[in-house]
Amino acid sequence: MVKGNIDSFETMGLVDGPGVRFVVFMQGCPLRCAYCHNPETWSDKKKIEMTAEELVKKILKYRPYFGDEGGVTFSGGEPLRQPEFLLEALKECKKQNIHTCLDTSGFGENYEEILDYVDLVILDVKAIVPEKYKALTGQAIDKYNKFLETCQEKDKKLWLRQVIVPGYNDTKEDVLKLKAYIKNIKNVEKVELLPYHSMAKEKYKNLGIKYRLDDVVDMDKEKCKQLEKLLNN
Amino acid sequence: MKEEIVDVYKGFNGGNWQENIDVADFIKQNYKEYKGDDNFLAPISPKTKKVWEKCEKLLQKEAKVGLLDVELNAVSGITSFKPGYIDKKNEVVVGLQTDKPLKRIVNLYGGTRMADKALEAYNKKLNPTLESHFKEFRKTHNDGVFDAYTPEIRRARKAGLLTGLPDAYGRGRIIGDYRRVALYGVDKLIEFKQKDYAKIDVSSEENIRLREEVAEQIKALNKLKEMAKSYGYDISKPATNAYEAVQWLYFAYLAGVKEDNGAAMSLGRTSTFLDIYIERDMQRKLMTEKDAQELIDQFIIKLRLVRHLRTPEYDEIFAGDPTWVTESVGGMLDDTHSLVTKNSFRYLHSLINLNPSPEPNLTILYSSKLPANFKRYCAKISIKTDAIQYEGDDVMRPIYGSDYAIACCVSAMKVGKQMQFFGARCNLAKTLLYSLNGGVDEKSGALVVEGLKKNKESVLNFDTVWKNYLKTMKLVAKTYVDAMNIIHYMHDKYAYEAIQMALHDTNVERLMAFGVAGFSVAVDSLSAIKYAKVSPIRNDEGIIVDFKITGDFPKFGNDDDRVDEIAVELVKAFKACLDENKTYRKSIKTLSLLTITSNVMYGKKTGATPDGRRAGVPFAPGANPMHERDTSGALASLNSVAKIPYCNCCQDGISNTFSIVPDALGKDDKARVKNLVSILDGYFDQEAQHLNVNVLNRSLLIDAMNNPWKYPNLTIRVSGYAVNFNKLSRAHQEEVIARTFHTSR
Repeated sequence: MVKGNIDSFETMGLVDGPGVRFVVFMQGCPLRCAYCHNPETWSDKKKIEMTAEELVKKILKYRPYFGDEGGVTFSGGEPLRQPEFLLEALKECKKQNIHTCLDTSGFGENYEEILDYVDLVILDVKAIVPEKYKALTGQAIDKYNKFLETCQEKDKKLWLRQVIVPGYNDTKEDVLKLKAYIKNIKNVEKVELLPYHSMAKEKYKNLGIKYRLDDVVDMDKEKCKQLEKLLNN
Repeated sequence: MKEEIVDVYKGFNGGNWQENIDVADFIKQNYKEYKGDDNFLAPISPKTKKVWEKCEKLLQKEAKVGLLDVELNAVSGITSFKPGYIDKKNEVVVGLQTDKPLKRIVNLYGGTRMADKALEAYNKKLNPTLESHFKEFRKTHNDGVFDAYTPEIRRARKAGLLTGLPDAYGRGRIIGDYRRVALYGVDKLIEFKQKDYAKIDVSSEENIRLREEVAEQIKALNKLKEMAKSYGYDISKPATNAYEAVQWLYFAYLAGVKEDNGAAMSLGRTSTFLDIYIERDMQRKLMTEKDAQELIDQFIIKLRLVRHLRTPEYDEIFAGDPTWVTESVGGMLDDTHSLVTKNSFRYLHSLINLNPSPEPNLTILYSSKLPANFKRYCAKISIKTDAIQYEGDDVMRPIYGSDYAIACCVSAMKVGKQMQFFGARCNLAKTLLYSLNGGVDEKSGALVVEGLKKNKESVLNFDTVWKNYLKTMKLVAKTYVDAMNIIHYMHDKYAYEAIQMALHDTNVERLMAFGVAGFSVAVDSLSAIKYAKVSPIRNDEGIIVDFKITGDFPKFGNDDDRVDEIAVELVKAFKACLDENKTYRKSIKTLSLLTITSNVMYGKKTGATPDGRRAGVPFAPGANPMHERDTSGALASLNSVAKIPYCNCCQDGISNTFSIVPDALGKDDKARVKNLVSILDGYFDQEAQHLNVNVLNRSLLIDAMNNPWKYPNLTIRVSGYAVNFNKLSRAHQEEVIARTFHTSR
């Protein structure tokens, strides 16, 4: 059995998918998003190693809290970076009848079968314009587009997310464009706009990584809510 | 007489309750389960508003001065005080402890020294005739206890090994079945007691004592009637409608708090009982929903005004002037039917109509099987007010049946059929230090526990430490049981709670409740010794005063079996040590993990511990993991606590206080309510026993600590009860702020 490389767990995830969720933060990510608040998950350095079976045994301890809606969310890092382990873990979860959620940027390969064991995809829409995507993440948008396409083919339920950064994508026009873009996507159950915050600055300092958004202030939460309303109307 | 009674009960279904004193049967035969939502609830009535405004003014005044007034010309007693009112024409329920609201009672039966101290703290002086009467002609509970205490007990008390023992204040934790007065009227209860009395032969000391007690109970019941009469009510017969039912029941409770000043004077389980009367009156068109809410709100106001005279030392153990008017709401009748009624909602709704308040201590007997609407309503009230607590019905109902209630914070008992001998707690963190230091106190250097050897190891070995810890626990348990036997013998003798016991069956079952403080500190210390390297640092006398810890170790509160198993072993071991000793009146031993707010004081009195806690630092409260050590998320923390066995081990309660930041609980109110219900379902489905829920930010508490005037009603759950945050001392406020606030990443 292949071992997964995991950064950490959240036993009470209440904002990453429906209901009460056990969140698995996978280690390693190919993107270098300017606003990332978990830079410690970027490298492929070995952190917590465990098999899918061991992981699910741990998840099952929290099953009593899941209720009708909750379950497990694979987040990161980028969970698609460890496709073999992810597939095994998801299969184990479905065997136990646990609701599964994949929180991803869509940047990956070999996920066809993985998606068959995912009940809900939370997809991070970093940017919809290729240049902006590249500038923000350091990678081309193609893989994201391909992933979304596959989700559409497989009729996967989607929650879409975008981090709103002042001066970058926080105007009404930006949001209306996003709205038009989303209109062409099917099975979208929810769209969330997440206000950018600079709380991770300290982490970057400790890791010796340059923080690219030093001059950017936190996104006003109220304003972000208003934009979200505009988007969902 | 018989016909009249039949008329009084018209509209009720019959049953065993008509032949015997059996309130549980009356409820079972007559209550109407409510599965709907909270839309039926009525707002505060104009009358209630007027009464409550007057009370709020008095409460604000009291908050400033600490003690508003005290009666100096009479001592505690059911008929010692003239009738008192707040705003007579607007009061729907009447009766106060003394002749004025918030005027406190001096109780000298527990001990004159304590009363003196309390009065002295407020520059008051009791009528000298009364005082000399007690000092010259009457022996008190406190006098009796100290006549009998052994040197071992005295040393353990002084060192902070056994603290908070009810040897100088009323023991409390006795719940009279106040419902009996409404259902049967006082005369019928006297008749039953007289029959019991006649049957008690005098062939043994035990029987003579019981015979004397029942005689006292009958006298108390007659006084109860007299007291009600002074307010213009004849309660010798059963209540005929909902107004009378509340009034009769309240008079019975009121007699209790006039006579006794127990630490916890809990109410029991009254909401569903009273709902039966309200439903019947609504059927007869005698009452509307507005009237019903008004009646309940006014009853709740009365419960909020209960006060006792306390000393500054007492406040250090039980901070914030709590009275523990605990009312148990909800619970299941059997596996499919809940005991939730509309009146369960009305009680909780008082927190909205009258603003959040710590009292009465509203306790939800929780099961995931409760009606979904009720669970959601509880969660909503928790998120709004932080004023209610939850206790696991699924672990308690199999032991106590469906008609039990919580006394104080977490102590379950069958209403009217069981009582408790309350026993504070034993400091198990200090006990561990004694096992290392040969029974010598790490702070004073005095020998407290005899017959132990000093640990001489340079690195502590788990097996040796555990073996000596067991030996020490055995010795401490013996001293603890001795102390409890003496205390309750004397309490029965000199400060007997006649009216409360009159509302129990004559052949009552007695529980003797022991407790533990410093639980998670002791557990983490053992884990450190087992999994890391712990080197003791000794002073010149060879006493260990500090520890050097190398390496990491699993900590309680992370759902890590390596340490959670130590936790389970520890409580089982201590319970086994207690079980080796005989108890007064053949009472059944129980054990709690509950500190109330004494965790601060216990911490202050305890030196550095092997888990890395510095000397003097507060312990975590109750069964809580130590502050900020539960780092694997909130549910891991809950799972660790849920592993501690309740049945036959910690059967007096396992208190867990849980604080969560609102944003982490969900994005909006709807999600928060739903998520909180899932958390409660998950926790209690694992047979957990207790959870205090606070949904708030640490920054809010810091602001409240510095600017108290901005938050006059800030109520938070601390450990088995709620307090007004502003009433806590600075040290207690700081400890609450230092606790883990669960967030979500």
